[in-house]
Parts: sequence; C-alpha cells; structure tokens
Amino acid sequence: MNVDPILLLFASIFTSNVVLTNFLGMCSYISISKDLVSASGLGMAVTFVMTITTALNWFVYHHIIVPLNIEYLRFIIFIIVIASVVQILEMLIDRVSPALYMSLGIFLPLITVNCAILGVTLFMQIRNYNFIQSLVYGLGGGLGWWLAIVSLAAIRKKIDNNPVPPGLKGTALTMVTIGIMAMAFMGFAGMIRVQ
Amino acid sequence: MMNDLTKIAKRNILLENQILVATLGICSTLAVTNNLFNTVIMSVGVILTTGLSNFTVSLLKDFMSRKSRMTLETLIIASYVIILDLFLKAYLPDASKTLGPYVGLIITNCIIMGRAEAFAQSNGPLLSLWDGLTAGAGYMLVLVVIALVREFLGFGSLLGVRIMPEGFTPWTIMVMAPSAFFLLGAFLWMFNAFLMKAGEKK
Repeated sequence: MNVDPILLLFASIFTSNVVLTNFLGMCSYISISKDLVSASGLGMAVTFVMTITTALNWFVYHHIIVPLNIEYLRFIIFIIVIASVVQILEMLIDRVSPALYMSLGIFLPLITVNCAILGVTLFMQIRNYNFIQSLVYGLGGGLGWWLAIVSLAAIRKKIDNNPVPPGLKGTALTMVTIGIMAMAFMGFAGMIRVQ
Repeated sequence: MMNDLTKIAKRNILLENQILVATLGICSTLAVTNNLFNTVIMSVGVILTTGLSNFTVSLLKDFMSRKSRMTLETLIIASYVIILDLFLKAYLPDASKTLGPYVGLIITNCIIMGRAEAFAQSNGPLLSLWDGLTAGAGYMLVLVVIALVREFLGFGSLLGVRIMPEGFTPWTIMVMAPSAFFLLGAFLWMFNAFLMKAGEKK
C-alpha cells in the first residue's frame, strides 16, 4: 500500500470518515452529541488517543506480534495497549494539568470502548500502512471523528426546537441527520479516494 | 422458570430491543448490512459472543473486584471473538476476508459489555446465557431487515441470487453508507410510532 501521507490525511478526514463511511464509534457519537461543549471535548480526546494508539499499535504489531508469530492474539494485545494508554494518559493529564483534566479527563474512560480507536488500528494493520502512514491515518481518523461529532452536535441543537412527528423525535431524527451528513461528506469522494 | 425465559426473550427481542431502544452496538455491524449473507454471519457471531461472554462473566462474577471488572470483561469478550475469527478463517475463508476488521470490532460492540454489566453481574449463568442469546437475536432481527432492503434495492438480489429482472436499475445509494443511516432512522420511527399507538390503546 503506497499512499502519499498528505493525501491519506485528507482522505481519512473527509472521504473515508470513520463514523460516516465505516460506522465506527457510533455509540458515543450518538449519545454525547447532545451538547456542543462535551462533543468537542470528546472529539479532542478521541483524536489524541487515536493518534497515539495507532502509532503505538503499529510498533507493537510489526516488532512484537509478527516476530513472535502470535498474530491470532492480536485483538487482545491491541485492546490491552489501548486500555493502558488511556489509563496512563488519564494519570498523566491529572498530574500535569488539572484544567485539561477537567475538560478532557472525564471522557477518557469512555474511549477504551470506543470502536473507532480499535477500528482504526485494525484498518491500519489490514491495509499494511508504514509507520508515517499509520501516524497520519490515526491523526486524520481522529480529526474526522471530531469534525463529524461537532457538526452533528451543532445541527442537533438547531433541530431540537423544531416541530417533528412525535415518533421521529430523538434518535430516529438523529439517524436521518447523520445520513444526510454522510451524503454531504461523500461529495468529496471525487477528489481523493483511499481504500 | 419457563415463564422467566419467555419474559426475558420478549423483553430483549421486542420491548427493549437494544438497537431500537438504546441504540447500542451498531458500530461494527451496520457496515456490512449491504450484503445479507455477511450480515447473517456477523449477527450470528454477535449472538454467540454475547451469550457465551454473559455466561462466563456470570460464572466468574464473585471473583472479580470492582476495579478490574471492566478490563476482565473486555478480555473475556476478546477471547471469544478470537475463537470466532479463527473459526471463520478456517471454515468460511471468503466471508472472513470480506468482513475484514469488522469481526475484531465485535469486541467493542457495546451490547455485549452492556448485557454483561446489566444482567450477568446479578444473575445466574444459565439465565445470563439465555439473556445474551436473546439480546443478540433482537439485534439480528433489526439488522437483517435493513440488509434485506439494502441488498434487494442495491444489487437486485438476495443472498447473492438475482431476483429482479435484467432491466432493473440498482439503487447505488443503497450500497453506500448513508442508506444504512436512513433505513435505521425509518425503522426507529416506525418502532416508536408503533409503541406510541400501543400505549394509547391501554
């Protein structure tokens, strides 16, 4: 797989957005997008963790899992790496900057079970990216997730005050909104395409 | 006992269907709903994983401390997913290739963790097994309906068998991601409207 890292960055933010085209991280995407401030906080935390874990998992995969020939254990190893990174980050941020902890720290435990993080790691491994590509893909995936959740939170805020049929209110309407957003993001697909 | 079992099944499949009521766990599986066969494989995988991990968590619940509980549950789930992945690789290599990373993503499917936390922690092993299996079945029900519509309109076929005549123009949108969101939205709308109507009658 040979893709220009800059292309890959834009592709992972827009055309192959992890939420809107791969359905990753849907649970927290829907439940946290009610409020713009917490949506942005979670988005920032996801970007941060995704970049670090994707790079770290690339290292673990190519320098520990492959040489030892324990590929069948990769799911468990990836999930352990993610969980420990989140745990360490939580402690670090708490020590270094209490202000950042207040805005970011409360979301960190949620992130271990966010499928987008594990998903990006698995895509990175299956598509056989090199180190730079993995780093950029993790960063782009996180930024794309952040962009998607902030836009959804902003749209939901506007929609909430409008009269809609009672059955459609809530999650159903959010699903339709996400569908329209996904179509809008697909509009970029003509420019760059990375599979 | 029998009464309990039907009650749990009814609750998990209809009244408190995890997708329709809690919108849990759509991450990993929605992505493969443009093909009915893959959807069925993934859903069966989720059913088995939910059931078995619920069973195991319930068996071990007295040995888990509060702090390490979530980590241990994740490890239990991951072990079952590894078994599932190896099984698919051995017996259904083609499907395993198309499903790619999505099989591994069953680990982070929120339904499984949700059932382990909400049910298996406070109930016996066999009851938990049944709860997990039915919660998975409720999940399968919704996804299979979505996959039926998407494959039928997107390719004009069902389970790979061509159904529509030659002149049929496939709906390209049904193959792509947005249609899954629209269909799930419509499904939720119908379900909510149905619940409201049932509530009015009472």
